[in-house]
Amino acid sequence: MAELTSAGLVATFAVLADRMRAERDALCRLDGVIGDADHGIAMEQGMAAAAGATAALTPDATLQDVFNAAAKAFLNAVGASSGPLYATAFLRAGKVAGPRAAIPVAETPALIAAMAEGIAARGKAEPGQKTMIDAWAPAAGAALRGADLRAIAAAAEAGAAATADMVATLGRAARLGERSRGHKDPGAVSAAMIVAVLAGEWSPAGAA
Amino acid sequence: MTLTQKLINDGNDAVDEMLAGVIAAHPDHLWRPDHAPRAVIARHGPRKGKVALVIGGGSGHEPTFLGFVGKGLADAAAIGNVFASPPPQPVMDAAMAADGGAGVLFMYGNYAGDVMNFDMAAEMLEMEGIEARTVLTTDDIASAPREARDTRRGVAGNVFIFKAAGAAADLGFTLDEVERVARHANARTYTMGVALSACSLPQTRRPNFDLPAGEMEIGMGIHGEPGIRREALRPADAVTDEIMDAILAEMAAKPGDRVAVLVNSLGATPLMELYIIYARVAVRLATAGLTVHHALVGPYCTSLDMAGASITVMHLDDELQRMIDHPCDCAMFRHGG
Repeated sequence: MAELTSAGLVATFAVLADRMRAERDALCRLDGVIGDADHGIAMEQGMAAAAGATAALTPDATLQDVFNAAAKAFLNAVGASSGPLYATAFLRAGKVAGPRAAIPVAETPALIAAMAEGIAARGKAEPGQKTMIDAWAPAAGAALRGADLRAIAAAAEAGAAATADMVATLGRAARLGERSRGHKDPGAVSAAMIVAVLAGEWSPAGAA
Repeated sequence: MTLTQKLINDGNDAVDEMLAGVIAAHPDHLWRPDHAPRAVIARHGPRKGKVALVIGGGSGHEPTFLGFVGKGLADAAAIGNVFASPPPQPVMDAAMAADGGAGVLFMYGNYAGDVMNFDMAAEMLEMEGIEARTVLTTDDIASAPREARDTRRGVAGNVFIFKAAGAAADLGFTLDEVERVARHANARTYTMGVALSACSLPQTRRPNFDLPAGEMEIGMGIHGEPGIRREALRPADAVTDEIMDAILAEMAAKPGDRVAVLVNSLGATPLMELYIIYARVAVRLATAGLTVHHALVGPYCTSLDMAGASITVMHLDDELQRMIDHPCDCAMFRHGG
Protein backbone atom coordinates (compact mmCIF):
# COMPACT_ATOMS: atom_id res chain seq x y z
CA MET A 1 0.00 0.00 0.00
CA ALA A 2 1.26 3.49 -0.81
CA GLU A 3 -0.96 5.25 1.66
CA LEU A 4 -2.93 4.31 4.77
CA THR A 5 -6.61 5.14 4.23
CA SER A 6 -9.45 5.08 6.74
CA ALA A 7 -10.74 1.90 5.11
CA GLY A 8 -7.25 0.44 5.32
CA LEU A 9 -7.10 1.27 9.03
CA VAL A 10 -10.49 -0.37 9.60
CA ALA A 11 -9.13 -3.46 7.85
CA THR A 12 -6.05 -3.32 10.08
CA PHE A 13 -8.25 -3.49 13.20
CA ALA A 14 -10.01 -6.53 11.73
CA VAL A 15 -6.64 -8.26 11.29
CA LEU A 16 -5.62 -7.27 14.85
CA ALA A 17 -8.85 -8.83 16.15
CA ASP A 18 -8.15 -12.05 14.21
CA ARG A 19 -4.60 -12.22 15.54
CA MET A 20 -5.63 -11.70 19.16
CA ARG A 21 -8.40 -14.29 18.83
CA ALA A 22 -5.84 -16.79 17.53
CA GLU A 23 -3.35 -15.99 20.30
CA ARG A 24 -5.86 -15.76 23.18
CA ASP A 25 -5.11 -19.04 24.92
CA ALA A 26 -1.35 -18.75 24.39
CA LEU A 27 -1.38 -15.27 25.99
CA CYS A 28 -3.54 -16.53 28.87
CA ARG A 29 -1.10 -19.36 29.53
CA LEU A 30 1.82 -16.92 29.50
CA ASP A 31 -0.07 -14.65 31.91
CA GLY A 32 -0.92 -17.61 34.15
CA VAL A 33 2.76 -18.12 34.88
CA ILE A 34 3.35 -14.64 36.34
CA GLY A 35 -0.06 -12.96 36.47
CA ASP A 36 -3.76 -13.72 36.55
CA ALA A 37 -4.18 -15.56 33.23
CA ASP A 38 -6.65 -13.13 31.68
CA HIS A 39 -4.45 -11.09 29.34
CA GLY A 40 -5.43 -13.05 26.23
CA ILE A 41 -9.11 -12.59 27.04
CA ALA A 42 -8.72 -8.83 27.48
CA MET A 43 -6.80 -8.44 24.23
CA GLU A 44 -9.26 -10.59 22.29
CA GLN A 45 -12.27 -8.69 23.67
CA GLY A 46 -10.65 -5.30 23.20
CA MET A 47 -9.55 -5.80 19.61
CA ALA A 48 -12.85 -7.47 18.70
CA ALA A 49 -14.72 -4.44 20.06
CA ALA A 50 -12.36 -2.05 18.26
CA ALA A 51 -12.80 -3.95 14.99
CA GLY A 52 -16.59 -3.96 15.39
CA ALA A 53 -16.83 -0.25 16.20
CA THR A 54 -14.53 0.84 13.39
CA ALA A 55 -16.31 -1.37 10.85
CA ALA A 56 -19.57 0.38 11.77
CA LEU A 57 -18.26 3.84 10.87
CA THR A 58 -19.53 5.61 7.76
CA PRO A 59 -17.16 5.77 4.74
CA ASP A 60 -16.44 9.48 5.34
CA ALA A 61 -14.75 8.73 8.69
CA THR A 62 -11.24 10.17 8.99
CA LEU A 63 -8.23 8.28 10.31
CA GLN A 64 -8.68 10.11 13.61
CA ASP A 65 -12.34 9.07 13.72
CA VAL A 66 -11.29 5.44 13.26
CA PHE A 67 -8.64 5.60 16.00
CA ASN A 68 -11.05 7.39 18.38
CA ALA A 69 -13.79 4.81 17.79
CA ALA A 70 -11.29 2.01 18.39
CA ALA A 71 -10.11 3.67 21.62
CA LYS A 72 -13.59 4.07 23.05
CA ALA A 73 -14.68 0.54 22.10
CA PHE A 74 -11.51 -1.09 23.44
CA LEU A 75 -11.75 0.80 26.74
CA ASN A 76 -15.41 0.04 27.36
CA ALA A 77 -15.09 -3.63 26.43
CA VAL A 78 -12.09 -4.34 28.60
CA GLY A 79 -11.33 -2.01 31.49
CA ALA A 80 -8.43 -3.84 33.18
CA SER A 81 -4.92 -2.42 32.56
CA SER A 82 -4.89 -2.90 28.83
CA GLY A 83 -8.11 -0.86 28.35
CA PRO A 84 -6.80 2.54 29.46
CA LEU A 85 -3.36 1.81 27.97
CA TYR A 86 -4.53 0.88 24.46
CA ALA A 87 -7.32 3.49 24.49
CA THR A 88 -4.71 6.17 25.19
CA ALA A 89 -2.44 4.68 22.51
CA PHE A 90 -5.18 4.87 19.86
CA LEU A 91 -6.19 8.41 20.87
CA ARG A 92 -2.56 9.57 20.53
CA ALA A 93 -2.19 7.87 17.14
CA GLY A 94 -5.45 9.50 16.04
CA LYS A 95 -4.13 12.89 17.02
CA VAL A 96 -1.00 12.37 14.90
CA ALA A 97 -2.99 11.02 11.92
CA GLY A 98 -5.41 13.90 12.28
CA PRO A 99 -8.72 14.45 10.48
CA ARG A 100 -7.39 13.14 7.17
CA ALA A 101 -8.81 10.43 4.91
CA ALA A 102 -5.37 9.01 4.18
CA ILE A 103 -1.68 9.47 5.00
CA PRO A 104 1.43 8.30 3.10
CA VAL A 105 2.78 5.02 4.52
CA ALA A 106 6.02 6.88 5.21
CA GLU A 107 4.14 8.62 8.03
CA THR A 108 2.87 5.43 9.69
CA PRO A 109 5.96 4.88 11.89
CA ALA A 110 4.96 8.12 13.63
CA LEU A 111 1.65 6.48 14.54
CA ILE A 112 3.51 3.63 16.23
CA ALA A 113 5.70 6.10 18.11
CA ALA A 114 2.59 8.01 19.23
CA MET A 115 0.98 4.82 20.50
CA ALA A 116 4.08 4.04 22.53
CA GLU A 117 4.11 7.54 24.00
CA GLY A 118 0.44 7.24 24.98
CA ILE A 119 1.02 3.93 26.73
CA ALA A 120 4.05 5.28 28.58
CA ALA A 121 2.15 8.40 29.69
CA ARG A 122 -0.91 6.49 30.93
CA GLY A 123 0.94 3.60 32.55
CA LYS A 124 3.81 5.67 33.96
CA ALA A 125 6.14 2.80 33.07
CA GLU A 126 9.83 2.96 32.23
CA PRO A 127 11.69 0.47 30.04
CA GLY A 128 13.15 -2.40 32.07
CA GLN A 129 10.16 -2.90 34.38
CA LYS A 130 8.94 -5.96 32.45
CA THR A 131 5.78 -4.45 30.95
CA MET A 132 4.37 -3.87 27.46
CA ILE A 133 6.55 -0.74 27.32
CA ASP A 134 9.55 -3.02 26.85
CA ALA A 135 8.14 -3.87 23.41
CA TRP A 136 6.61 -0.48 22.59
CA ALA A 137 9.62 1.67 23.56
CA PRO A 138 12.12 -0.05 21.23
CA ALA A 139 9.50 0.07 18.45
CA ALA A 140 9.07 3.81 19.04
CA GLY A 141 12.84 4.28 19.20
CA ALA A 142 13.27 2.56 15.84
CA ALA A 143 10.44 4.63 14.36
CA LEU A 144 11.98 7.89 15.56
CA ARG A 145 15.36 6.86 14.09
CA GLY A 146 13.70 6.51 10.70
CA ALA A 147 13.69 2.71 10.57
CA ASP A 148 11.26 1.00 8.20
CA LEU A 149 8.20 -0.89 9.43
CA ARG A 150 9.93 -4.27 9.25
CA ALA A 151 12.77 -3.05 11.49
CA ILE A 152 10.25 -1.47 13.88
CA ALA A 153 8.46 -4.81 14.25
CA ALA A 154 11.79 -6.57 14.80
CA ALA A 155 12.65 -4.07 17.55
CA ALA A 156 9.34 -4.76 19.30
CA GLU A 157 9.90 -8.51 19.01
CA ALA A 158 13.41 -8.25 20.46
CA GLY A 159 12.09 -6.06 23.26
CA ALA A 160 9.41 -8.59 24.15
CA ALA A 161 11.97 -11.43 24.12
CA ALA A 162 14.25 -9.44 26.44
CA THR A 163 11.53 -9.26 29.13
CA ALA A 164 12.29 -12.90 29.97
CA ASP A 165 15.49 -11.76 31.68
CA MET A 166 13.81 -8.93 33.61
CA VAL A 167 12.41 -8.82 37.13
CA ALA A 168 8.98 -7.16 37.18
CA THR A 169 8.78 -3.94 39.20
CA LEU A 170 5.42 -2.63 37.94
CA GLY A 171 2.02 -4.21 37.38
CA ARG A 172 0.65 -7.38 38.87
CA ALA A 173 3.78 -9.45 38.30
CA ALA A 174 5.80 -6.96 40.38
CA ARG A 175 4.61 -8.77 43.50
CA LEU A 176 6.59 -11.80 42.31
CA GLY A 177 9.98 -10.13 42.37
CA GLU A 178 12.73 -12.55 41.39
CA ARG A 179 10.20 -15.27 40.60
CA SER A 180 9.08 -13.29 37.55
CA ARG A 181 12.51 -13.79 35.95
CA GLY A 182 12.68 -16.39 33.19
CA HIS A 183 9.19 -15.69 31.82
CA LYS A 184 8.29 -13.27 29.05
CA ASP A 185 5.83 -10.54 29.98
CA PRO A 186 2.48 -11.30 28.29
CA GLY A 187 1.76 -7.60 27.75
CA ALA A 188 5.06 -7.18 25.91
CA VAL A 189 4.42 -10.32 23.86
CA SER A 190 0.96 -9.12 22.73
CA ALA A 191 2.43 -5.66 22.05
CA ALA A 192 5.03 -7.18 19.72
CA MET A 193 2.24 -9.12 17.97
CA ILE A 194 0.30 -5.87 17.48
CA VAL A 195 3.32 -4.02 16.09
CA ALA A 196 3.98 -6.98 13.77
CA VAL A 197 0.41 -6.75 12.45
CA LEU A 198 0.64 -2.98 11.98
CA ALA A 199 3.98 -3.34 10.17
CA GLY A 200 2.67 -6.11 7.97
CA GLU A 201 -0.54 -4.29 7.07
CA TRP A 202 1.09 -0.92 6.51
CA SER A 203 4.21 -2.07 4.62
CA PRO A 204 4.37 -0.75 1.06
CA ALA A 205 4.95 -4.30 -0.22
CA GLY A 206 1.89 -5.63 1.59
CA ALA A 207 2.20 -8.41 4.17
CA ALA A 208 5.57 -8.50 5.93
CA MET B 1 -6.18 -30.61 28.80
CA THR B 2 -9.76 -31.28 29.86
CA LEU B 3 -11.92 -28.24 30.49
CA THR B 4 -13.16 -27.61 34.02
CA GLN B 5 -16.88 -28.18 34.54
CA LYS B 6 -18.93 -25.06 35.15
CA LEU B 7 -22.66 -24.35 35.21
CA ILE B 8 -22.51 -21.51 32.73
CA ASN B 9 -24.01 -20.83 29.33
CA ASP B 10 -21.54 -18.91 27.16
CA GLY B 11 -18.41 -17.98 29.14
CA ASN B 12 -18.41 -14.55 27.51
CA ASP B 13 -21.86 -13.85 28.99
CA ALA B 14 -21.05 -15.08 32.51
CA VAL B 15 -20.71 -11.65 34.16
CA ASP B 16 -23.82 -10.14 32.59
CA GLU B 17 -25.92 -13.22 33.30
CA MET B 18 -24.73 -13.24 36.92
CA LEU B 19 -25.69 -9.56 37.25
CA ALA B 20 -29.12 -10.24 35.81
CA GLY B 21 -29.57 -12.93 38.46
CA VAL B 22 -28.34 -10.72 41.29
CA ILE B 23 -30.74 -7.91 40.36
CA ALA B 24 -33.62 -10.37 39.93
CA ALA B 25 -32.91 -12.04 43.29
CA HIS B 26 -32.42 -8.89 45.35
CA PRO B 27 -34.78 -6.20 44.01
CA ASP B 28 -35.33 -4.78 47.52
CA HIS B 29 -31.61 -4.12 47.92
CA LEU B 30 -30.19 -3.45 44.45
CA TRP B 31 -31.02 -1.81 41.15
CA ARG B 32 -29.10 -0.66 38.11
CA PRO B 33 -29.72 2.20 35.71
CA ASP B 34 -31.03 1.19 32.27
CA HIS B 35 -28.11 2.92 30.57
CA ALA B 36 -25.50 1.39 32.93
CA PRO B 37 -25.85 -2.40 33.24
CA ARG B 38 -22.46 -2.73 34.99
CA ALA B 39 -23.30 -0.23 37.78
CA VAL B 40 -25.08 -1.73 40.81
CA ILE B 41 -26.75 0.77 43.14
CA ALA B 42 -28.08 0.38 46.68
CA ARG B 43 -31.86 0.80 46.83
CA HIS B 44 -31.75 2.49 50.26
CA GLY B 45 -28.14 3.70 50.45
CA PRO B 46 -27.60 6.99 48.66
CA ARG B 47 -29.27 10.09 50.05
CA LYS B 48 -28.90 13.84 49.89
CA GLY B 49 -26.08 15.25 51.97
CA LYS B 50 -24.36 11.88 52.45
CA VAL B 51 -20.92 11.01 51.14
CA ALA B 52 -21.28 8.34 48.44
CA LEU B 53 -19.07 5.28 48.91
CA VAL B 54 -18.43 3.68 45.54
CA ILE B 55 -16.51 0.40 45.39
CA GLY B 56 -15.69 -1.89 42.50
CA GLY B 57 -13.34 -4.16 40.68
CA GLY B 58 -13.29 -7.29 38.64
CA SER B 59 -15.92 -10.02 38.86
CA GLY B 60 -15.12 -13.44 40.24
CA HIS B 61 -14.73 -12.36 43.88
CA GLU B 62 -18.42 -12.53 44.82
CA PRO B 63 -19.84 -11.52 47.26
CA THR B 64 -17.12 -8.87 46.85
CA PHE B 65 -17.97 -6.26 45.51
CA LEU B 66 -21.68 -6.18 44.66
CA GLY B 67 -22.71 -8.11 47.77
CA PHE B 68 -21.53 -5.24 49.97
CA VAL B 69 -23.74 -2.64 48.32
CA GLY B 70 -26.52 -1.61 50.71
CA LYS B 71 -27.56 0.77 53.44
CA GLY B 72 -24.74 1.30 55.93
CA LEU B 73 -22.08 0.02 53.57
CA ALA B 74 -21.31 0.88 49.92
CA ASP B 75 -23.78 2.98 47.93
CA ALA B 76 -22.79 1.55 44.56
CA ALA B 77 -20.35 -0.77 42.85
CA ALA B 78 -18.87 -0.80 39.36
CA ILE B 79 -18.50 -4.30 37.99
CA GLY B 80 -15.70 -5.36 35.65
CA ASN B 81 -15.10 -8.49 33.61
CA VAL B 82 -13.70 -11.50 35.43
CA PHE B 83 -10.59 -10.39 37.35
CA ALA B 84 -10.46 -7.15 35.31
CA SER B 85 -11.09 -3.60 36.44
CA PRO B 86 -14.29 -2.01 35.16
CA PRO B 87 -13.68 0.67 32.53
CA PRO B 88 -14.24 4.31 33.56
CA GLN B 89 -17.83 4.52 32.27
CA PRO B 90 -19.54 2.16 34.76
CA VAL B 91 -17.46 3.69 37.57
CA MET B 92 -18.73 7.10 36.52
CA ASP B 93 -22.31 5.76 36.19
CA ALA B 94 -22.14 4.25 39.68
CA ALA B 95 -20.81 7.50 41.15
CA MET B 96 -23.43 9.66 39.42
CA ALA B 97 -26.24 7.41 40.66
CA ALA B 98 -24.90 7.37 44.23
CA ASP B 99 -23.92 11.02 44.50
CA GLY B 100 -25.70 12.90 47.28
CA GLY B 101 -23.93 16.20 46.82
CA ALA B 102 -21.38 15.59 49.60
CA GLY B 103 -18.66 14.05 47.46
CA VAL B 104 -17.72 10.55 46.35
CA LEU B 105 -15.18 8.21 47.92
CA PHE B 106 -13.81 5.49 45.64
CA MET B 107 -12.49 2.43 47.46
CA TYR B 108 -11.01 -0.61 45.75
CA GLY B 109 -8.05 -2.96 45.91
CA ASN B 110 -4.65 -1.68 44.87
CA TYR B 111 -4.17 -3.00 41.33
CA ALA B 112 -2.64 -1.07 38.43
CA GLY B 113 -5.65 -1.54 36.14
CA ASP B 114 -8.20 -0.44 38.73
CA VAL B 115 -6.15 2.66 39.55
CA MET B 116 -6.02 3.74 35.88
CA ASN B 117 -9.73 3.21 35.24
CA PHE B 118 -10.99 4.75 38.50
CA ASP B 119 -8.63 7.71 38.07
CA MET B 120 -10.03 8.31 34.59
CA ALA B 121 -13.55 8.18 36.08
CA ALA B 122 -12.52 10.64 38.81
CA GLU B 123 -11.30 13.06 36.13
CA MET B 124 -14.62 12.70 34.29
CA LEU B 125 -16.55 13.30 37.55
CA GLU B 126 -14.54 16.42 38.22
CA MET B 127 -15.75 17.79 34.89
CA GLU B 128 -19.31 17.22 36.19
CA GLY B 129 -18.47 19.22 39.32
CA ILE B 130 -18.41 16.19 41.64
CA GLU B 131 -15.45 15.76 43.96
CA ALA B 132 -14.09 12.21 44.07
CA ARG B 133 -11.39 10.96 46.43
CA THR B 134 -9.74 7.56 46.46
CA VAL B 135 -8.61 5.19 49.18
CA LEU B 136 -6.87 2.02 47.97
CA THR B 137 -6.99 -1.10 50.12
CA THR B 138 -3.61 -2.74 50.75
CA ASP B 139 -4.25 -5.41 53.38
CA ASP B 140 -2.40 -8.38 51.82
CA ILE B 141 0.74 -8.57 53.95
CA ALA B 142 2.22 -11.35 51.77
CA SER B 143 2.28 -9.16 48.65
CA ALA B 144 5.07 -6.76 49.65
CA PRO B 145 7.26 -6.02 52.67
CA ARG B 146 5.97 -3.81 55.49
CA GLU B 147 8.03 -0.79 54.38
CA ALA B 148 6.31 -0.98 50.97
CA ARG B 149 2.78 -1.14 52.45
CA ASP B 150 1.42 1.24 49.78
CA THR B 151 2.31 -1.24 47.03
CA ARG B 152 0.45 -4.17 48.59
CA ARG B 153 -2.67 -5.72 47.10
CA GLY B 154 -6.15 -5.30 48.53
CA VAL B 155 -7.82 -8.62 49.31
CA ALA B 156 -10.39 -10.01 51.79
CA GLY B 157 -9.76 -7.25 54.33
CA ASN B 158 -11.89 -5.15 51.98
CA VAL B 159 -14.92 -6.43 53.90
CA PHE B 160 -13.92 -4.72 57.15
CA ILE B 161 -12.31 -1.70 55.49
CA PHE B 162 -15.32 -0.97 53.26
CA LYS B 163 -17.61 -1.56 56.25
CA ALA B 164 -15.80 1.01 58.39
CA ALA B 165 -15.94 3.63 55.62
CA GLY B 166 -19.57 2.81 54.82
CA ALA B 167 -20.53 3.25 58.46
CA ALA B 168 -18.75 6.61 58.62
CA ALA B 169 -20.62 7.76 55.52
CA ASP B 170 -23.94 6.47 56.89
CA LEU B 171 -23.31 8.35 60.16
CA GLY B 172 -23.12 11.59 58.17
CA PHE B 173 -19.38 12.16 58.36
CA THR B 174 -17.89 14.66 55.88
CA LEU B 175 -15.82 13.51 52.90
CA ASP B 176 -12.63 14.41 54.80
CA GLU B 177 -13.74 12.34 57.78
CA VAL B 178 -14.91 9.34 55.75
CA GLU B 179 -11.59 9.35 53.90
CA ARG B 180 -9.70 9.50 57.20
CA VAL B 181 -11.68 6.57 58.66
CA ALA B 182 -11.11 4.58 55.46
CA ARG B 183 -7.33 5.12 55.57
CA HIS B 184 -7.25 4.35 59.28
CA ALA B 185 -9.23 1.12 58.74
CA ASN B 186 -6.93 0.05 55.91
CA ALA B 187 -3.80 0.75 57.96
CA ARG B 188 -5.04 -1.52 60.76
CA THR B 189 -6.21 -4.48 58.64
CA TYR B 190 -3.94 -7.45 57.87
CA THR B 191 -4.66 -10.39 55.57
CA MET B 192 -2.73 -13.42 54.40
CA GLY B 193 -3.95 -16.41 52.41
CA VAL B 194 -3.02 -19.83 51.17
CA ALA B 195 -4.10 -21.51 47.94
CA LEU B 196 -4.53 -25.26 47.52
CA SER B 197 -5.63 -25.31 43.89
CA ALA B 198 -5.96 -23.04 40.88
CA CYS B 199 -9.19 -21.45 39.71
CA SER B 200 -10.41 -21.40 36.12
CA LEU B 201 -11.93 -18.48 34.23
CA PRO B 202 -15.34 -18.94 32.55
CA GLN B 203 -13.89 -18.02 29.14
CA THR B 204 -10.99 -20.48 29.25
CA ARG B 205 -12.23 -23.18 31.67
CA ARG B 206 -8.60 -24.11 32.26
CA PRO B 207 -6.69 -23.86 35.56
CA ASN B 208 -5.09 -20.40 35.63
CA PHE B 209 -1.88 -21.71 37.13
CA ASP B 210 -0.28 -25.06 37.81
CA LEU B 211 -0.24 -26.22 41.44
CA PRO B 212 0.70 -29.89 41.71
CA ALA B 213 -1.30 -32.23 43.94
CA GLY B 214 0.05 -32.28 47.47
CA GLU B 215 1.34 -28.72 47.36
CA MET B 216 0.07 -25.37 48.59
CA GLU B 217 1.10 -21.80 47.90
CA ILE B 218 1.40 -19.36 50.79
CA GLY B 219 0.53 -15.75 50.02
CA MET B 220 -1.34 -16.45 46.77
CA GLY B 221 -3.29 -13.47 45.46
CA ILE B 222 -7.03 -13.49 44.84
CA HIS B 223 -6.51 -13.55 41.07
CA GLY B 224 -4.13 -16.49 41.25
CA GLU B 225 -1.06 -14.29 41.34
CA PRO B 226 1.76 -16.46 42.63
CA GLY B 227 2.51 -16.04 46.32
CA ILE B 228 5.68 -16.00 48.34
CA ARG B 229 6.43 -19.71 48.71
CA ARG B 230 5.26 -23.08 47.44
CA GLU B 231 5.65 -26.17 49.58
CA ALA B 232 4.02 -29.43 50.61
CA LEU B 233 0.54 -29.08 52.10
CA ARG B 234 0.67 -29.09 55.91
CA PRO B 235 -2.10 -29.58 58.53
CA ALA B 236 -4.53 -26.69 59.11
CA ASP B 237 -3.02 -25.73 62.47
CA ALA B 238 0.50 -25.42 61.03
CA VAL B 239 -0.69 -23.31 58.10
CA THR B 240 -2.83 -21.16 60.41
CA ASP B 241 0.13 -20.69 62.75
CA GLU B 242 2.36 -19.47 59.94
CA ILE B 243 -0.26 -16.95 58.81
CA MET B 244 -1.05 -15.81 62.37
CA ASP B 245 2.67 -15.45 63.17
CA ALA B 246 3.01 -13.05 60.25
CA ILE B 247 -0.15 -11.10 61.08
CA LEU B 248 0.54 -10.81 64.82
CA ALA B 249 4.15 -9.75 64.22
CA GLU B 250 3.08 -6.94 61.96
CA MET B 251 0.02 -5.89 63.99
CA ALA B 252 2.03 -5.46 67.21
CA ALA B 253 -1.10 -5.43 69.41
CA LYS B 254 -1.00 -5.19 73.20
CA PRO B 255 -2.72 -7.70 75.48
CA GLY B 256 -6.29 -6.53 76.03
CA ASP B 257 -6.64 -5.07 72.54
CA ARG B 258 -9.71 -6.01 70.51
CA VAL B 259 -9.86 -7.38 66.97
CA ALA B 260 -12.33 -8.26 64.26
CA VAL B 261 -11.51 -11.50 62.45
CA LEU B 262 -12.44 -12.95 59.07
CA VAL B 263 -11.66 -16.50 57.99
CA ASN B 264 -12.47 -16.42 54.29
CA SER B 265 -12.88 -19.12 51.67
CA LEU B 266 -11.30 -18.49 48.27
CA GLY B 267 -14.26 -20.29 46.73
CA ALA B 268 -13.98 -24.06 46.92
CA THR B 269 -12.86 -24.56 50.52
CA PRO B 270 -15.87 -25.55 52.66
CA LEU B 271 -17.06 -24.15 55.99
CA MET B 272 -15.80 -27.26 57.80
CA GLU B 273 -12.22 -26.33 56.94
CA LEU B 274 -12.80 -22.63 57.64
CA TYR B 275 -14.04 -23.43 61.17
CA ILE B 276 -11.07 -25.76 61.77
CA ILE B 277 -8.88 -22.78 60.87
CA TYR B 278 -10.95 -20.46 63.04
CA ALA B 279 -10.53 -22.75 66.06
CA ARG B 280 -6.78 -22.32 65.81
CA VAL B 281 -7.07 -18.58 65.12
CA ALA B 282 -9.12 -18.22 68.32
CA VAL B 283 -6.45 -20.07 70.32
CA ARG B 284 -3.68 -17.90 68.88
CA LEU B 285 -5.54 -14.66 69.57
CA ALA B 286 -6.39 -15.75 73.13
CA THR B 287 -2.76 -16.69 73.74
CA ALA B 288 -1.74 -13.22 72.59
CA GLY B 289 -4.25 -11.75 75.06
CA LEU B 290 -6.48 -10.32 72.33
CA THR B 291 -10.28 -10.17 72.50
CA VAL B 292 -12.33 -11.07 69.43
CA HIS B 293 -15.02 -8.42 69.19
CA HIS B 294 -16.49 -9.71 65.95
CA ALA B 295 -15.86 -12.79 63.79
CA LEU B 296 -16.88 -13.64 60.23
CA VAL B 297 -16.40 -17.12 58.75
CA GLY B 298 -17.37 -17.91 55.18
CA PRO B 299 -16.90 -16.93 51.55
CA TYR B 300 -16.54 -13.12 51.59
CA CYS B 301 -13.86 -12.49 49.00
CA THR B 302 -13.45 -15.40 46.63
CA SER B 303 -11.38 -16.26 43.62
CA LEU B 304 -13.94 -18.15 41.51
CA ASP B 305 -13.47 -21.85 42.29
CA MET B 306 -10.03 -21.65 43.86
CA ALA B 307 -9.45 -23.86 46.90
CA GLY B 308 -7.81 -22.11 49.80
CA ALA B 309 -8.48 -19.64 52.55
CA SER B 310 -7.34 -16.35 53.96
CA ILE B 311 -7.25 -14.92 57.45
CA THR B 312 -7.90 -11.22 58.09
CA VAL B 313 -7.46 -9.43 61.40
CA MET B 314 -8.55 -5.83 61.91
CA HIS B 315 -6.89 -4.22 64.94
CA LEU B 316 -9.79 -2.30 66.49
CA ASP B 317 -9.80 0.91 68.45
CA ASP B 318 -12.89 2.68 69.80
CA GLU B 319 -13.67 4.35 66.50
CA LEU B 320 -13.21 1.25 64.33
CA GLN B 321 -15.23 -0.83 66.79
CA ARG B 322 -18.08 1.65 66.47
CA MET B 323 -17.86 1.44 62.67
CA ILE B 324 -17.82 -2.37 62.69
CA ASP B 325 -20.83 -2.41 65.06
CA HIS B 326 -22.83 0.01 62.90
CA PRO B 327 -25.73 -1.81 61.21
CA CYS B 328 -25.67 -2.54 57.51
CA ASP B 329 -28.17 -4.24 55.23
CA CYS B 330 -26.79 -5.53 51.94
CA ALA B 331 -28.00 -8.27 49.64
CA MET B 332 -25.27 -10.67 50.77
CA PHE B 333 -24.18 -9.21 54.11
CA ARG B 334 -26.26 -7.99 57.05
CA HIS B 335 -25.09 -6.84 60.44
CA GLY B 336 -26.87 -5.56 63.54
CA GLY B 337 -29.83 -3.21 63.30
